[in-house]
Amino acid sequence: MDKLKSIFKNNIRQYAMGIALISIMLLFQILTKGILLKPLNVTNLILQNSYILVLAIGMFLCILTGNIDLSVGSVAAFVGAISAILAIRMKLPVIPTIVISLLIGGLIGAWQGYWIAYVRIPAFIVTLAGMLIFRGLTLVILKGQTIAPFPGSYQIISSGFIADFFGGPGLHITTLLVGAVLSIYYVISELNKRKNTLKYKFEVLSPQLFAAKLLCIVIIINVFTYWLASYKGIPTVLVLLAILIAIYTFITNKTVPGRHIYAFGGNEKAAKLSGVKTNKVLFWVYVNMSVLAALAGIVFAGRLNAATPKAGVNFELDAIAACYIGGASASGGIGTVFGCIIGGLIMGVLNNGMSILGISIDWQQAIKGFVLLLAVAFDVYTKNKARR
Amino acid sequence: MTDNILEMKDISKAFSGVKVLKNVNLQAKRGEILALVGENGAGKSTLMNVLSGIYAYGNYTGDIIFEGKECRFKNIKDSEKIGIVIIHQELALVPYLSIAENVFLGNEQASNSIIDWNKTHTRTHELLARVGLKDDSNALIKDIGVGKQQLVEIAKALSKEVKLLILDEPTAALNDEDSDHLLNLLLELKKQGIACIIISHKLNEVTKVADRITVIRDGSTIETLVKGQDDITEDRIIKGMVGRDLVDRYPKRNPQIGEIMFEVRDWEVFDPLNEDRKVIKNINLNVKKGEVVGIAGLMGAGRTEFATSIFGKVYGKKISGKLLKEGKEVTINNVSDAIAHGLAYVTEDRKTAGLILIDDIKRNISLASLKKLSKNSVIDDNEEIQVAEDYRKMLNIKSTSILQRTGDLSGGNQQKVVLSRWIFSDPDILILDEPTRGIDVGAKYEIYTIINELAIQGKSIIIISSELPEVLGMSDRVYVMNEGKIVGELNKESASQESIMKCIMQSSREG
Repeated sequence: MDKLKSIFKNNIRQYAMGIALISIMLLFQILTKGILLKPLNVTNLILQNSYILVLAIGMFLCILTGNIDLSVGSVAAFVGAISAILAIRMKLPVIPTIVISLLIGGLIGAWQGYWIAYVRIPAFIVTLAGMLIFRGLTLVILKGQTIAPFPGSYQIISSGFIADFFGGPGLHITTLLVGAVLSIYYVISELNKRKNTLKYKFEVLSPQLFAAKLLCIVIIINVFTYWLASYKGIPTVLVLLAILIAIYTFITNKTVPGRHIYAFGGNEKAAKLSGVKTNKVLFWVYVNMSVLAALAGIVFAGRLNAATPKAGVNFELDAIAACYIGGASASGGIGTVFGCIIGGLIMGVLNNGMSILGISIDWQQAIKGFVLLLAVAFDVYTKNKARR
Repeated sequence: MTDNILEMKDISKAFSGVKVLKNVNLQAKRGEILALVGENGAGKSTLMNVLSGIYAYGNYTGDIIFEGKECRFKNIKDSEKIGIVIIHQELALVPYLSIAENVFLGNEQASNSIIDWNKTHTRTHELLARVGLKDDSNALIKDIGVGKQQLVEIAKALSKEVKLLILDEPTAALNDEDSDHLLNLLLELKKQGIACIIISHKLNEVTKVADRITVIRDGSTIETLVKGQDDITEDRIIKGMVGRDLVDRYPKRNPQIGEIMFEVRDWEVFDPLNEDRKVIKNINLNVKKGEVVGIAGLMGAGRTEFATSIFGKVYGKKISGKLLKEGKEVTINNVSDAIAHGLAYVTEDRKTAGLILIDDIKRNISLASLKKLSKNSVIDDNEEIQVAEDYRKMLNIKSTSILQRTGDLSGGNQQKVVLSRWIFSDPDILILDEPTRGIDVGAKYEIYTIINELAIQGKSIIIISSELPEVLGMSDRVYVMNEGKIVGELNKESASQESIMKCIMQSSREG
């Protein structure tokens, strides 16, 4: 029991955010009389927030280095516009359109990364400039007009669903199967990890706790897929998100570049003196950010089924807020990908729940502002308490 | 009323259990210049911080009596109010404000919060005339030299009706001409009845201007020499500063010295901020296998700059010279090259440049050697934990677990974490910059033992230290550095505190 307590204490921030998410979900579930968690709405929630979550993942790495990227909304709009030109005006097939769009995102990232990492102009300024530059360029290439509609295949990423190979009415069988396969994979990988840790004679959770943990996660996975299955199944964009989350969690937790990013944010000088190529790290973080912004732009354009000059306005703020709510530290070096996703979901549920309730946009903004402030205040409070 | 303007009685002060000042007594007379001398870390600056209220009343024990009244300062403002002003080594001027604005910063000549610029400039002119500075009061601080900045600081002090002026290493950054001017100014102020306490390493200046010299060693006042009564030659002062027994503060080691492992030839480095200024001037040195080489010198001698310029050119511009490892020339352009060639550098400032304070012990130890712990860039967690546990045991890092934040460790244990990081990187040449700064005696001994073990394993070790006893106690050979040059090389037999100090003083006089 003591151990459980200490585990909880050490991760209070992570758990607190999880608990906050669940409470907010329950609150809106009650307030909306059950609409929030209807399968249709859960699917909507995912579709609506996918691009913010994609941005939040990239933004997290920027924030991890102690910096920020204000240009992502404009970059997303710009790349969305380019992809519209390619797909609609030039009638390029979908795959080349997406590849070229992502490459352009990479180039934008290299441009900004160069100024930030090698010339050492503060990221805030470079990306503020980027915000203006790419918003302007979006207007230029769209000539102020909206371009629509995209070919159907382009929209699959943003609004498509995984096909059900079994057909049949009612539940989406493939989705249930995916849930089952994921559960099995999860259990096996956890068992392996435990075996490995035991080999080194390190401490592990007691067998009972371990089993309870496995059971919990398996139940969560399967309830979730069951829920999706009772509507249209798994949205394509959820697959994309899941892959991104898995990759970035892996990179930040398990790999040398990930560790270098944390070290950079924790103490740049110490990192440099320990052989971390700090400029390179910073450069690639920004290239990565813009590629993800490009991806978000593609997803968003697909979802709107149009490229508009006003796309992506304030996306950067939502992404930044998601990271901070999710426990990233403004001074860098602290946070997790998973936390940012939770932060993004909190924002998403708030948006969605308040919209269902018919709360006006003005109030929504104000309430989201308060939530951001509260979350960070809580963070500062727990940290100070831990210090003492 | 006595003729003492200031009396400090039985001042003691401890930092997290380490006593830095032990019953220090100090008197300054009206209208005299008192010099405070002692080695780095002897407690001079701490004492002055107590006096000026930087360490508030209650954080130390003992009494401060100024002009016959007992004083209990809560902050610097309190001490300035009654006429005690301290000028620190790092000047407290705002570079982008004008001279006049700086002189009256925090003491603006204003009525109802509206600044009276005419009054400000008129008064600044008067003050500048008193300190002998002819610059326009509108000139920006960043555009005038360090010597003049020092004078602006004094003008600022004068504007506050100073009665006792404290200067911490005022001439450390000045050339001879500026130093002379400053010292003459102090003599001038003395005539006007302003008492002055000057902390300085430059003993020739001390003997020139001081009426009395108080020597501090290891946090205690040792003696006070009076001009005209006592012998105040430099040799006599040095003896007072360093005369302590060195019995068993350093663990013994039987040196087994091999071939030359690492050599630096004709090394020259320029200041990255001012590319015309040469910081390191033609340095040649070497270190052999299994040898501990010390680099002695005062603060600001360029030792850290030298070490970090070697270690992957972290510091400096227009670096020239050769590095040879085991007789073969090596090119080292960044820190990863340096690590790959078996170099390690333990920084003098573990908090800002050594540790990632928000990260745990484990991640700090593995940081420089992640390559060793990973396959295809994927880190082996269990291996990493194993390594961290091993080092925690081996170096006796006192902590709750390897997952404890390094920011919460004591100084000695933090230093052991940094050492672990670099020992794990398995270097051939280990450069230790101030390896025991701010660490208590017990932890120091442990760190010395670790250093000796590394030497016995055949590693080459360079110790940079401002504490002469440490350099002497640990090194097989000592290089003396001053003003960016090597000014002496002494073997174990000829190295002593006196001979090292002499090398430095001699070169200072010549330079």
